[in-house]
Order: sequence, then structure tokens, then C-alpha cells
Amino acid sequence: MKHLLSISDLSHGDALSILDTAHEMARVSSSSVKKLPTLRGRTIVNLFLEDSTRTRISFEAAAKRLSADVINFSAKGSSVSKGESLKDTAQTLQAMGADAVIIRHSASGSAQWLADSHWMSGIVINAGDGTHEHPTQALLDAFTIRRHLGAGSGDLQGLTIAIVGDVLHSRVARSNVLLLSLLGASVVLVAPPTLLPVGVESWPARVSYDFDSVLPEVDAVMMLRVQQERMNDYFFPTAREYSHYFGLNRDRLALMKRSAIIMHPGPMNRGLEITAECADSARSVIVEQVTNGVSVRMAVLYLLLAGLPTEFGGVDA
Amino acid sequence: MNSFLLTNATLPGGSASDILIVDGRFAQVAPNLALSQDGTARVLDLTGCVLLPGFVDLHTHLREPGREDAETVASGSRAGAKGGFTALSAMANTFPVADTAGVVEQVFRLGKLCGLLDVFPIGAVTQGIAGKHLAELGAMADSAAHVRVFSDDGNCVFDPMVMRRALEYVKQFGGVIAQHAQEPTLTQGAQMNEGIVSSRLGLKGWPAVAEEAIIARDVLLADHVQSRVHICHLTTAGGVEIVRWAKARGIQVSAEVTPHHLLLTDEKAISFDPIYKVNPPLRTHSDVMALREGLADGTIDIVATDHAPHPNENKECEWQEAAFGMLGLETAYSILQATMIDTKLMGWSDLADRMSTAPARIGGYSQQGQGLTVGGPAHLVAVNPHKSWTVDRDLLQSRSRNTPYHGIELPGQVVATFFNGIPTLLEGELTTEVSAHG
Repeated sequence: MKHLLSISDLSHGDALSILDTAHEMARVSSSSVKKLPTLRGRTIVNLFLEDSTRTRISFEAAAKRLSADVINFSAKGSSVSKGESLKDTAQTLQAMGADAVIIRHSASGSAQWLADSHWMSGIVINAGDGTHEHPTQALLDAFTIRRHLGAGSGDLQGLTIAIVGDVLHSRVARSNVLLLSLLGASVVLVAPPTLLPVGVESWPARVSYDFDSVLPEVDAVMMLRVQQERMNDYFFPTAREYSHYFGLNRDRLALMKRSAIIMHPGPMNRGLEITAECADSARSVIVEQVTNGVSVRMAVLYLLLAGLPTEFGGVDA
Repeated sequence: MNSFLLTNATLPGGSASDILIVDGRFAQVAPNLALSQDGTARVLDLTGCVLLPGFVDLHTHLREPGREDAETVASGSRAGAKGGFTALSAMANTFPVADTAGVVEQVFRLGKLCGLLDVFPIGAVTQGIAGKHLAELGAMADSAAHVRVFSDDGNCVFDPMVMRRALEYVKQFGGVIAQHAQEPTLTQGAQMNEGIVSSRLGLKGWPAVAEEAIIARDVLLADHVQSRVHICHLTTAGGVEIVRWAKARGIQVSAEVTPHHLLLTDEKAISFDPIYKVNPPLRTHSDVMALREGLADGTIDIVATDHAPHPNENKECEWQEAAFGMLGLETAYSILQATMIDTKLMGWSDLADRMSTAPARIGGYSQQGQGLTVGGPAHLVAVNPHKSWTVDRDLLQSRSRNTPYHGIELPGQVVATFFNGIPTLLEGELTTEVSAHG
């Protein structure tokens, strides 16, 4: 694994190794000196061509805790609209000696395209490409599930996870379906048919249109953000009708197992896909997901930039 | 007297024959002509080659006027000659659009000036290919370019009333509407075939139904007004079924398939390489098989390249930003050999029909597609099915490099092309007279 572009590039062993490394990184983050010298002298570029403060800050914190030099390169909109092609940007970053580029882009496939282009020899990490994938989000979600519901190690065999909402436009859902099923969990997608892609039947997941019937069996429910503008494209009639059938609220909370957790990749539309009551309940691990995001991203940077996972023991001391 | 004697070649029907070309026409087609010659004819030994009537493309983007950075009539003509074509049909979506007699005559004249093959301009159906008001179809038909094929290709003639009127109007001069079948509201922002692959890649889908719904509507309209409709670049199994049904009912419909839709599938998009981004999109394996079957049984009348040149900067970018389209002229024959001949789905006579006779008939190109008949204009292509070649995008005649076959070895080589009895290609190279042009 040279880059991290898609969960489909990972083996079961790769995924576990990232989660296990993240576990060690979490210990660093909770110690008094939150810093390792591992990536000292390495240059990491945050190439964010689409707005995303959360993910950028998370990667920045992760890189800094590993002592890397971080350059933030942000531009709103597509590369074309800002007048420079991604090719020129890639060549510029290469010329400046970037060891790794973390890319967030509105175009599906842009991370893979950058990695395959030969215009840049550095490592490429996909921080969300259009409606394709967001692999580090899935990894932090799996890490969070494992901490709460697994043994804290191993995979997710025997667990059932519901992913609820706008699956069609969600890179988080695509990466999570691949990763959770890779780790042995059973995945249920819950959404109106309009927000599921044609071809979803080929995914390693079940589909249900009935949220209530799914809730009693799940160990975690992962709510997806629903963009208000989807209403204008006929995906659902009104926000209220959407909330009524697919929103997480107090009544649905009561249908869940006592041990089940509530997740959301953020940012949330409180009142649309999730009520404030659920988001802030004791079952919610939404804030912890953010914390775990830093540990998982540290693990990814460490494994891609610093060498093999077996070397880790020495550094951890 | 300008004469050529082609010896030791195989005719489409399978028999061995020599061919004598004198002053631009086929003078004799018979075995062992060499014995009776006086020695003035230039002799070409075509052992191992199959002779076919010059290919006629009904769908070519020559980009001139307006996008001469991508292609010109001259560079497109050279690419055509290289690919065995003796006639191209210049699509109307240029800048300005070919929606007036002035523009179609300009393109026609540029073709004549180049002189490597016939360039037949296609006229726009509507002004500015905007789909609202009919272009001056009569003026284009009456012009020196003698336009008979009209298309808004790139855009669908979506408004059913506009389509109906266009179909009716062209009856007065025996015209045909070539429809780019794409329901626009079902394909807003669409990037690739909608299906299993698009669901995984998160690229917006271009569903088969968006093509089939328009085909179904237009064959019914053509039936209702008793006119002629041609379906551009058919890509779906369902589309083949509709055309088959329409033909069985006696509706005047013809259809084309591109070489790339006979070979490539939507799995190519997994690379996210925009070289595979094309409109209509690459479909699934079962669609490809249905298209091959449809072409073999004649449901699909012709092969058309949809040769769509684009400069590098429109392809070296993110998939969503990239232009739709791929080159086709110089690889068309090889792809047809690979998909239809080598698979035994079609014979050489069928290929001659689908790539020469039928497109000339649909386009009303009376001096093309007459086969290898004595007295007819000597448009001819010699192909060597036993020779393979490796595509190098830097060595193409086109001004653009957007071929999906770069670095790939393809079977079958176009060895010689004759246009009106003049060789434009010999031994796989454009002739020196040809290279001197533009």
C-alpha cells in the first residue's frame, strides 16, 4: 500500500494494522506530551480544494503530533474554476518536495487520478473525493465501533451496523460499507429508494426502507448528513417527511438495544436527520469520533510515511 | 492516363482477384489481369490483403470552424485516409454551428480543397443546436454542400414538437434526422453509465433509459409522419431491441454503433482516466454483446466513428471536468476486425456493407458506397487482417491524442486507400501528394 485512495485497496490485515496502530496513537494523544518525533523533516501538504475545516484540522493535528511540517493549500471550488489545473498544482507540489499530499476534492476519483498521474511521486491520501470515498472517515468509524462494541482489538465480526440517509451522495457510506464488511460486520443501508444508487444491490450490504424494523437489531446506527438542496432535486418531498421516516428521534432511540451507539460523521443538521436529543444523548459517540479521527489519521500517516508497522514498538517507548 | 493494377488481393466475397483502376474508376475486376496489361499501369502487389469499398463515416467531429486546436478538416481528412475512409460526415456542433448554408459550404469547400476524401457537412436541426427553432434546413439542402443529414449531435432534439416538425420538414428533399438520443433531464451532470460501476465510483449515472426513451419516442414519431430517422451511436441492449421492433413494423429507422461501444465497457471508468469519458457512455458487457449481435444481423445498419478530438488540457484533468469523446478514425477498422471479423460474427461482405454501402445510402452519398463495381468511382481500401500494430498516440494523423488505445496492440492494418482512383495511403503511409496538403 503506497497510497490511501480507497478502502477497496486494503486487505483485512491492512485494515486491522491501521486500527491497531491508531490504538497506540490514541495513547500518545492522551499522554501529557502529545508528540512523537517520527515524521520530523517530512513535508505534508493539505490540498483542500473543497471546503472542509474539520477534516483539514484533523489531518493537520495528526501530522503535527508526528512532528511533520504541514503546508495548507486551500482553494474553494474546482481546480478549473480557480484557473490552474490539478496537473499544474501537482507538479508545483512535487517541485516543492512534498512527501505526502492529503487531497480533498469535489470530483470523484481525483485522489486516484492524482496518484496515477506520474506528475507527483509523493504519497497521496484521499481525504474525501466527491461522492466516491472518504477512507479515513471509515477507519475512524470502525475504530470507534471497535472501542465501544468490540474487544478493542480484532475485527467487527458479529456486529450489525445501520447506515442511514443519503447513501447516494455519500462518500462516507461508500467507504464504510467496504470497510465494515471487510472487517466482518453486517451492514444495513436504510434510506428512501431515491437516495440509494442504482447498482446498490451489488454492494456487500442489505437494504431496508423501514428504519423502525431495523433499529432493534443494530449495534450502531450511523446517521448521514442530508443536504437541504436535495429536496429541490425531487429526492424527497419535504424535510419534515424525511425526518418522519428516516430521522433519528426519541421514539426510535427507544427501539435500539441498550448497548447500541449513535454515530454521525458531522457536520450534523440537528432536527433533520437527527434530533438534538439523540445527538447529545449518552448513546452518542459523535464527539469521540472526532477525537478518534486524529488517532486514525496519525496511524495512516505513520504507516505510509514512516515504514512498516513492526517498527512501531521502538518508537512508542 | 492514370492507372493502377492491384494484384493478388481477396475480394469481400472471398475470391482472389486483380483490380485495374483507370482514370478514377474501376476498369476491370478479374483474376490474372497482369497478363493482359501493356505495362503502363503502376502495379501494387496486395498479397494477403482484403479489398473493401472505401469506408464512409456518417459521424465525424472535424471541429472546424472554431476548434482548430483540436482538429481541422485537413487533419481529420488525413486521419480518415489513414483509417481507410473515402468519405466523412462533418458534425454540425462547430463554432459557429453549421446551421446555415454559409457554414456548411465553408466546411464543404475546405474538404474539396484538401481533396483526400469527400467531406459531407451535416447540418444542424435547430439554430445553434439549441433545440428551439428549426435551422434553415432547406437552404442547407440547396447549398453547394447539398446537405441531406441533419443532426444536433452533442445535444438531443429533445422537444417532441420540434422533432416532429424536423422529421416532417426534411421529407421534401429526402433528408434524414440523425438523433443524439439523450433525455436531458435524466442525464443532468451525468458522467458514466448508471449501474454497478457508477454506484461504486460515486460518478453520476447516465441511465440506459435516457437513451431508450428518446429512441422509442422518435421511431413512433417517424412512423406517424412517415419520415426517416437515424439513431446516432446506439449503446444499449434495450435500444437495439426498440430498433429491431421498429424495423419489423416497417418504420424508416436506421442506426449506428461506434467501434468503441463494440469493445469497451464501463469497467474502464474504474481507472478514473478521462480518456474513457465519452457520450453516450461506455456500457456493460451485455450491452456490448447485444450491439455486436445487432450489427451482425443488420438491426444496426452501420458503424460510425463519432471521432471526437480534444486537446490534452481537456482530458488531463479530473473526470468531471474532462470533455466527452475519443478519437476513432484511425483505429475503427482494427476494432471492427477484433470485435466482428475475428469473432466470426460477420464476414467481409457484411463489413463492406456496414462501413461503406449502408452509410452512403443513409447519407444519400451517391458517389460513395458503390462497392468494387466496374465503371464505379474507385474508392477502395486494402486491409491486411494478418498484420497487427501498436497504437502510438503521438504518431496519429489527428491533431489530438485522445485515443483510448495508446500502447495497445490491435489486429489488422489499413494498407492502402484510394479516393477517386488516387492513392491517399500506400503501404500504411499517407502518400507524398497527400502529405503536401495543409
